[in-house]
Amino acid sequence: MLNKYTWWELVLLYLGVAVFLMFVLAPFAEAFAVSLRPLDGLFNIPYEFITDDMTFENYSIMWKSVPNLALYIWNSFFIACCVTILALICIIPAAYSFGRFTYRGRDGLLAMFLGINMVGAAVLIIPLYKLMLTLGLLNTYWSMIIPGAAFCVPTGIFLMRSYFLRIPKELEEAAYVDGASRLYTLWRVILPVALPGIMVVTIATFITAYAQQFLFALTFNSKDAYKPLPVGLYDFFGHQTVHWNELMAASLVGISPVLILYVFLQRYIVAGLTSGAVKE
Amino acid sequence: MKKIDYFPYLLLIPAFALTVTIVAWPLFETFRLSFTNASMRPSWKYVGIDNYVEIFEDDFWEVIRLTFLWMTCSVALKIICGTFGAVLLNAAIPGRALFRVLIMPPWIVPIAVGVFIWAWMYNGQFGMISGVMQRLGLIDGPLEFLAFGNTAFLATVITDVWIGTPMVALYLLAAMQSIPTELHEAAWTDGASRFYRFRRITLPLIAPAMATMALLSAIWTFNSFDIIWILTEGGPRGSTTTMIIDTYKTAISRFRYGEGAARAVMILICLSAFAGVYLALLSRLSKRGTA
Repeated sequence: MLNKYTWWELVLLYLGVAVFLMFVLAPFAEAFAVSLRPLDGLFNIPYEFITDDMTFENYSIMWKSVPNLALYIWNSFFIACCVTILALICIIPAAYSFGRFTYRGRDGLLAMFLGINMVGAAVLIIPLYKLMLTLGLLNTYWSMIIPGAAFCVPTGIFLMRSYFLRIPKELEEAAYVDGASRLYTLWRVILPVALPGIMVVTIATFITAYAQQFLFALTFNSKDAYKPLPVGLYDFFGHQTVHWNELMAASLVGISPVLILYVFLQRYIVAGLTSGAVKE
Repeated sequence: MKKIDYFPYLLLIPAFALTVTIVAWPLFETFRLSFTNASMRPSWKYVGIDNYVEIFEDDFWEVIRLTFLWMTCSVALKIICGTFGAVLLNAAIPGRALFRVLIMPPWIVPIAVGVFIWAWMYNGQFGMISGVMQRLGLIDGPLEFLAFGNTAFLATVITDVWIGTPMVALYLLAAMQSIPTELHEAAWTDGASRFYRFRRITLPLIAPAMATMALLSAIWTFNSFDIIWILTEGGPRGSTTTMIIDTYKTAISRFRYGEGAARAVMILICLSAFAGVYLALLSRLSKRGTA
């Protein structure tokens, strides 16, 4: 058969998989190993991956060294959720408009959103800082939520639009014949049908919002209570002597909620990453 | 005469309002600021093209060269590793579903947290990489990766590849799976070897997806900030200072907004070149009907 492999092909494939996974997962394994060592156990020469002084002690010490860890984890989730909601409010109607209607200037506007997608946040950091200052949003959650959402919108529109394009037009026409208004049709007829697509866009946006919260939080917020996980840990990381074992323990605990969530939602995540991109 | 339908325009309002405030207006401001000497002081004035003259009197060409070198290395490695990963993910072997789940974490976890782990691994005295290399006899003594220009450059590239590869692999996998199986079957019946089929069927058919991904990846890599900032802050001695890091340092660390804005405008010029290439590529691909 087509997909039948000879034994040496199988060996090569699994060897390839092993090398690939080692590159991807070695940092996590090392972080875990380090998180189990006492502080003086870190500085072993020569290097050993497994040592006999390993304990789970750091997992209790770290709550004292990073007192706000739980708060940072919560902030990360809270900010990512708010970014996702705000972005969806913008994405869904815009994607519907681009995917469903023909009107003057549509392609130009779509190209504009595509262009915005290319401008990285760091380029605009000076005027954005001034904007946040003027609006009085520095050191609030909003200073991380609003810019975060804005940079998620273009990608979301493209992804969502490809789902709307697939829904048959007859569905709306039937609703119009029955006398439904267009907003009602969008809300009650189209959205339920597009739900799988909305799910994918929601998850893709959430992951982007969660993984990329560093720059805005670093630049626009200095209140400890509002810091998301990456910046909270960055402060700890910036100390003169870094307690690497505790930093690793705190990092692993910090990312564990999203990893668990990922295991449950990975089917949608894979779909979200690939669908809108390959098929128009 | 036909009445203009406002409904589709109304639907655009939320997205439009947000992006104009957060992206379009700051873009305009960046241009304006680049012609001023704005700084922490309350007073400022327009200074013409002084900022631009000044940045090119600095070693800005070196920053540009470094940025493009960094981007090229990183994107090339991401595409190579990603293609390699996609081929493996596409192979019909037991455990494939698990493999697919296991390659994603670098992309899921916050970029900054992944980079903390790498920062420790690059530690010369006690880090994993230096330690393993010493054990294998590749280096004689401890090697502090982030302390030397060349190794720091390589270290930031590798971390960026680690974060970017899963996405590229998954995207190329999707492209591979959209190839009709009949093509492979026909070639197989004609006795074509697996490698031959990869080179003559898979590779040409995923080439458009590879080109798109390479360009998108180039744009993201060009804009990358977190990785370099956490690992080296652009050092040692500027050997990892890309245009983004350079702009951030000038504007935010040294409070020279006007000059920083001029540097940001140079980035925008590079980005619009990318945008041009991207749009040209899109229109070529859609003409051929393969996008």
